[in-house]
Amino acid sequence: MSPSVRLQEMIRVIRGARTQGEERGVIQRECAAIRAQFRQADNGTRSHNLAKLLYVHMLGYPAHFGQMECVRLIASPRYNEKRVGYLGAMMLLDEKQDASLLITNSIKNDLSHSSQYVQSLALCTLGCMGSAEMCRDLAPEIDRLLRASNSYIKKKAALCAVHIVRKVPELGELFTPASRSLLSEKNHGVLHGAVVLITELCERNPETLEQFRKAVPELVQIMKGLVMSGYSPEHNVAGISDPFLQVRILRLLRILGRNNETASDAVNDLLAQVATNTDSSKTAGSAVLYETVLTVMDIKSESGLRVLAVNILGRFLLNNDRNIRYISMTSLQKIVQTDHNAVQRHRGTIVDCLKDQDASVKRRALELSLALVSAVNIRSLMKELLLFLSSCPPELRAHTTSGIFNAAERYAPSQRWHIDTILHVLTTAGGDVRDETVPNLIQLITTATELHCYTVHKLYRALIADISVQSLVQVACWCIGEYGDLLLRGECEETEPVQVAEDDVLDALETVLQSHMSSPATRGFALTATMKLSTRITHNVDRIRSIVSIYGSCIDVELQQRAVEYNALFKKYDHMRAAVLERMPVIDKSSPGHTNGESAGGSIKEMEPTKRTQEVVLPQEPANQVCDLLDLLGGSGEPPQPSPALSTTMLGPVSSTAGGDLLDLLGGLDVTPVPPSVIVYEKNGVTLKLQTDRQTDTGMTITLTATNSTDREITSLTLQAAVPKSVQLQMKAPSGDVIPAHGLGQVTQTVLLNNPNKVSLKMRVRVCYTSQDFVCQDTVQIDSFPSPAW
Amino acid sequence: MLRFLLLFSRQGKLRLQKWFTPVTEREKKKVIREMTLMVLARPPRSCNFLHWRDLKIVYKRYASLYFCCGLEDQDNELLTLEVLHRYVELLDKYFGNVCELDIIFNFEKAYFILDEFLMGGEILETSKTAVGIAMEEAETLQEVTPPPPPPPLTHTHGHLSLTHLPKYVNMFSVLFTDNGGVYE
Repeated sequence: MSPSVRLQEMIRVIRGARTQGEERGVIQRECAAIRAQFRQADNGTRSHNLAKLLYVHMLGYPAHFGQMECVRLIASPRYNEKRVGYLGAMMLLDEKQDASLLITNSIKNDLSHSSQYVQSLALCTLGCMGSAEMCRDLAPEIDRLLRASNSYIKKKAALCAVHIVRKVPELGELFTPASRSLLSEKNHGVLHGAVVLITELCERNPETLEQFRKAVPELVQIMKGLVMSGYSPEHNVAGISDPFLQVRILRLLRILGRNNETASDAVNDLLAQVATNTDSSKTAGSAVLYETVLTVMDIKSESGLRVLAVNILGRFLLNNDRNIRYISMTSLQKIVQTDHNAVQRHRGTIVDCLKDQDASVKRRALELSLALVSAVNIRSLMKELLLFLSSCPPELRAHTTSGIFNAAERYAPSQRWHIDTILHVLTTAGGDVRDETVPNLIQLITTATELHCYTVHKLYRALIADISVQSLVQVACWCIGEYGDLLLRGECEETEPVQVAEDDVLDALETVLQSHMSSPATRGFALTATMKLSTRITHNVDRIRSIVSIYGSCIDVELQQRAVEYNALFKKYDHMRAAVLERMPVIDKSSPGHTNGESAGGSIKEMEPTKRTQEVVLPQEPANQVCDLLDLLGGSGEPPQPSPALSTTMLGPVSSTAGGDLLDLLGGLDVTPVPPSVIVYEKNGVTLKLQTDRQTDTGMTITLTATNSTDREITSLTLQAAVPKSVQLQMKAPSGDVIPAHGLGQVTQTVLLNNPNKVSLKMRVRVCYTSQDFVCQDTVQIDSFPSPAW
Repeated sequence: MLRFLLLFSRQGKLRLQKWFTPVTEREKKKVIREMTLMVLARPPRSCNFLHWRDLKIVYKRYASLYFCCGLEDQDNELLTLEVLHRYVELLDKYFGNVCELDIIFNFEKAYFILDEFLMGGEILETSKTAVGIAMEEAETLQEVTPPPPPPPLTHTHGHLSLTHLPKYVNMFSVLFTDNGGVYE
């Protein structure tokens, strides 16, 4: 075994290692030697070995095998061994380790040691890593030491008591009497410790807080003494006498004066004095002033004092030192709600700080600027914010954009300005905006009816310039689809109109569709916009038809489904196309809390699940569906009233895709013809109709509707169905089992068929009911199903 | 209260760590890594304050060492700058024109000085002289064991001649020009 080297020698050797591997080798050898030494009897080098181990630990290597050695060294009678042992305990042990309990006894003994330096070691260690049990054990000792005559011990005991109170708050009561008497000490160290202890006690216990309010005059006296005292070489820092103690006292006065008139009054004078007399040319003075300002703003101070405080912060804002500017903005942020006008006066300086090089200062300036936005300054402030956005660091961009949007929403002086601002943000930082921006912007555009022409021209220009920013492209596509006719008309009052041909517009949309930069959602937007244009342009409908049919075999399922359905719209439902693709009415701004929740009425409940799935698939076309379904149920010819629940359904799940263009559309649309339904059973006045809601290659959803034209109601209606073997059948709960008489109501039941093997679908339905006290039971066979509603 | 105090070199090597709350080893390593990354990435003339998780971070560079500490919400950042400066002054008084090498080779002394100045995350002693006096008296208590022979080519408690190891600049002399801040 190599003889152990001295600590400094070892450090030199480790530092001399040229590679990480070499270092590891040296350290492994040393640790082995140390471990061996630990196992041996006491040979006078134990403290050196532990010190070596602590160095190795600091480099990041494991050192847990030294824990027991720490315990042993702490118990040693030699001071230097105790010292290193306690240091090791603070570095290697914490309250989670079991070994920490073993030193409790040693600490207890050392707290009563004759030498104050041994006592201080124990106090320091207890105050650093004492666990709750250790604290409980030793608290009476600490209390005793608080009353000792030795200042050196008293100050350490005070901070040790602080640690105990933090770990075991109930023990606070134990220390309250002693801490009160410590306030009359002259020694600054003890005084400081006492103030910290009292602060901790008051923060945790409101009754103690009440008690210590009586100490406010005493504290004011101490503070005055510090401020007015002459030069003291021991405590002087840059012309301030003991700034550490001053700041602590101010903090305690803040806690005592909060929400209390009397205490606040007592300190008003003092605060004014400190605020005016403190020299803030160096950091120490600024620290004291800063604490003073915080105290003034937090207690019930008189208004003159508050104004003084805000002015001090304003002065700080103009300081050359970045730290002080940062501090002042942090404080202004805290008071901007309560003293808004006072802070507004410094708006100019704050906005200038947006241009500072330092990232921390920029961040603070941004937060403060956003808090200062008001209806009065919105235009000028927004200019600055937009300028900031173009050059701001990437980590701040998301925050900036959402802040700008909030501000614009609350204080926009005009709709055009609002739209312009949002477009500006999207062009500059479109990648960092939140998802709701797209639907919000679309909703905003639809409400600004006079600006449709202007908006679509602007967006078209933006689109042909750059298609990489997804949010902007989505909004642009939506607008072009919706207002394409305004674009093609080529005239606009508000802005220079773009002279485009239909081909150009379709080119632009196709570029978006084909670009690899476009996200799937964006391509969905583009496809739907292309489709919408088929009713707004005159010449190139064939081109649109071909685009749509190409995407019918797209790999993306969403796009494929859309394309297939649009294709069907061209082929089979061409007569409906114009109505389906009509201009959207104005969208209501509804809160995001309403999603597909409540159904508007019992009879629609059945329709909800199928309708909802349809909505998610075809966000652009729901008007038609909803209209049809309601038509079926209502049985009347006029457009049904939009129900609020229905109208708010869509914002939730489809926000990232269609965004906002759903709800409340039933107003202006034509009533489209009822989808075909087949009567499968008619007997005894009971009619059973079958309607196909959805049909795919591997399944379908049908709805069976039973009506009653007799004079008396039909009761106990049950429907049962049977299907070929490979087909799976699921019958949803019926809406009821009683059919009112005279056709005044009906019972519906949805049936889901899953046909994975694609056999020809047949279904046998058994109808059971009680009519005029007769129980009837019939079976019908259904061989062919009507084509789906859409 | 302070949550932690770290000293690390410009290469990110840790020279001193003091934790004022119980933290697991794993968490300690994580914090050290993040602090090192954050602070070393800061450009020279920037603000000394940062925000990290729910703590305020105050850092100051003295020659080749970064002093970095984490504060709670209530603490005064400007005062903490003074705390860091006071600690450097104490080290300087004890070691005599302290530099990074002193702290490397005598790390346990640096800890002892720190323990006389701060405890439990709070300032223990505000007097400039009291800490030095306490350290001297404690040294006399140490039993007389033969001091280790001064290793060649490094220095003991004396002043380090700048010609020997030019990269370890005296920390204190740089105080007057560091970071644009002006001290006494």
